[in-house]
Amino acid sequence: MALNNETIQNKLIEKFGDQVLNFSTASGILSFESPKELNLKVLQYLYEEPFLGFTFLTDLCGVNYPDHKGAELVVVYHLHNFSENIRLRYSVSTSIDETAVFTASKLFESANWMERETYDFFGVNFIGHPNLKRILNVDEMDYFPLRKQYPLEDQTRIDKDDEMFGRG
Amino acid sequence: MEHQSHITLPKGSIEKTTTTLNIGPTHPATHGVFQNIMEVDGERVVSTEQTVGYIHRAFEKLAERRPLYQITPITDRLNYCSSPINNMGWHITCERFLQLELPKRVDYLRVIIMELARISDHLICNSIVGVDTGAYTGFLYVMQYRELIYEIYEEVCGSRLTTNIGRIGGFERNFTNTAFTKLEKFLNEYPKVLREFENLFARNRIFMERTQGTGGISAARALNYGFTGPNLRATGVDYDVRVQQPYSSYQDFDFKVPVGTTGDNYDRFLVRNAEMYESISIIKQAYQKIQNFKGAEAEVYHADVPEYYLPKKEDVYTKMEALIWHFKIIMGEIDLPKGQIYSAVEGGNGELGFYLISDGGRTPFRLHFRRPCFIYYQAFEELIKGGMLSDAVVTMSSLNLIAGELDA
Repeated sequence: MALNNETIQNKLIEKFGDQVLNFSTASGILSFESPKELNLKVLQYLYEEPFLGFTFLTDLCGVNYPDHKGAELVVVYHLHNFSENIRLRYSVSTSIDETAVFTASKLFESANWMERETYDFFGVNFIGHPNLKRILNVDEMDYFPLRKQYPLEDQTRIDKDDEMFGRG
Repeated sequence: MEHQSHITLPKGSIEKTTTTLNIGPTHPATHGVFQNIMEVDGERVVSTEQTVGYIHRAFEKLAERRPLYQITPITDRLNYCSSPINNMGWHITCERFLQLELPKRVDYLRVIIMELARISDHLICNSIVGVDTGAYTGFLYVMQYRELIYEIYEEVCGSRLTTNIGRIGGFERNFTNTAFTKLEKFLNEYPKVLREFENLFARNRIFMERTQGTGGISAARALNYGFTGPNLRATGVDYDVRVQQPYSSYQDFDFKVPVGTTGDNYDRFLVRNAEMYESISIIKQAYQKIQNFKGAEAEVYHADVPEYYLPKKEDVYTKMEALIWHFKIIMGEIDLPKGQIYSAVEGGNGELGFYLISDGGRTPFRLHFRRPCFIYYQAFEELIKGGMLSDAVVTMSSLNLIAGELDA
């Protein structure tokens, strides 16, 4: 049985049943979701099951969908199996009021800073993270800037004194 | 012997046995704006905490308000030692997302530019490792040849460091004959210089003793830390995006993927050096392929995609349709298809990924940059713990930490 998007999907359904859902293939990469409580179980299964072998965490980032009520924040994991050369996209979503998600940093050292970045920009609270504090923004910042509720400044505004910046 | 102290501490204070040392945010050893707060015991590093974010420019937020073509100049400023690779990586992401087919000649021209950028990136990194081990000559010598690369960029796109080179669908203009002459000059002169540069360091006793066995990491740990690029290949893993997921017709080229064994500073140096030879060979092959195009094919430098590729200026002034497209593109009034894509290229430091989500609007809904530097810099503490402070400095430069790529 060769490793491809279909066999991965079957294997995951065999193990987790209807807990893994919304399978789709976008530009060749299989994507799926699960409830956020399962994220470590799924990641560990993908890592440790010899047939799957997704041992490389390529990328971890957050996305904010303000219209998805109760699932406003999404954490997206991009995994890679080097020997079979297959990528996989896995995501969990969480409510913006209760943003706890288990950390993957015990499984992947690389998740450490990527989770800090996600916390910094989206305010996802990674439970069990060894050092969850802001990484790119200043520590004193009291909001999470990549959330959609903070739009960029209106470029046509005229009420600001721009003389100091040479735009006045 | 009785303990003697020069300083009388206040009563009840606990004497600290280690020294806290700040390397950065602006320090000659960091070659960029980032900070290491090190605890040193004598000259031994006990622990370190890396602090990044000093040149954070909120690229991901900016990108949410810009049409695709306006995001290219943002990518310039990630790894500014090899901006053309970032630019091309972004164009390729957009083209894959929009499912555009590109002519082969465009792919080969891009390969030339990307491999030149890889050479200039590795050249900086390796010569800086030389500087940090006490050999300035190599650095000054090879800068002359980086200049030749920059002159080629200048001829193709008009700028040198932050290039904004190419467009979605191809190049903004065809390569001129001068560009090809300059490329030939570079290809003639550079291999000899690279050999000379290698001779200065590769078997140099001082250099070997400074770099061998310092800053090493095992392949398993490197993978767990998310290493990619030359730093991963130095540990013995032959992962290269150009081979694993070819883009821009890299499958048409014949090249080796050099690997190391120990993942230490010396291996990283050797891998980067070997990659430069491979890059030269790829450029030669690509140039050969370009010369093989005949007739109209030999003049192609962009795909026919009026929705994304700007029409010629004379057409804009004389033809209605071209004028409409010109304004629609410039004002960012093209609606993107819905969907998401993750696309990666082999940057100077490893897998440079773009994760683009579109909700059908005119700008990305979300754009995330996978910046290799940011990910592997986490391992810095593990690489240098217990070693000498001076080795930590060499490790820092041999990892090729570029502040622009750390921060985004």
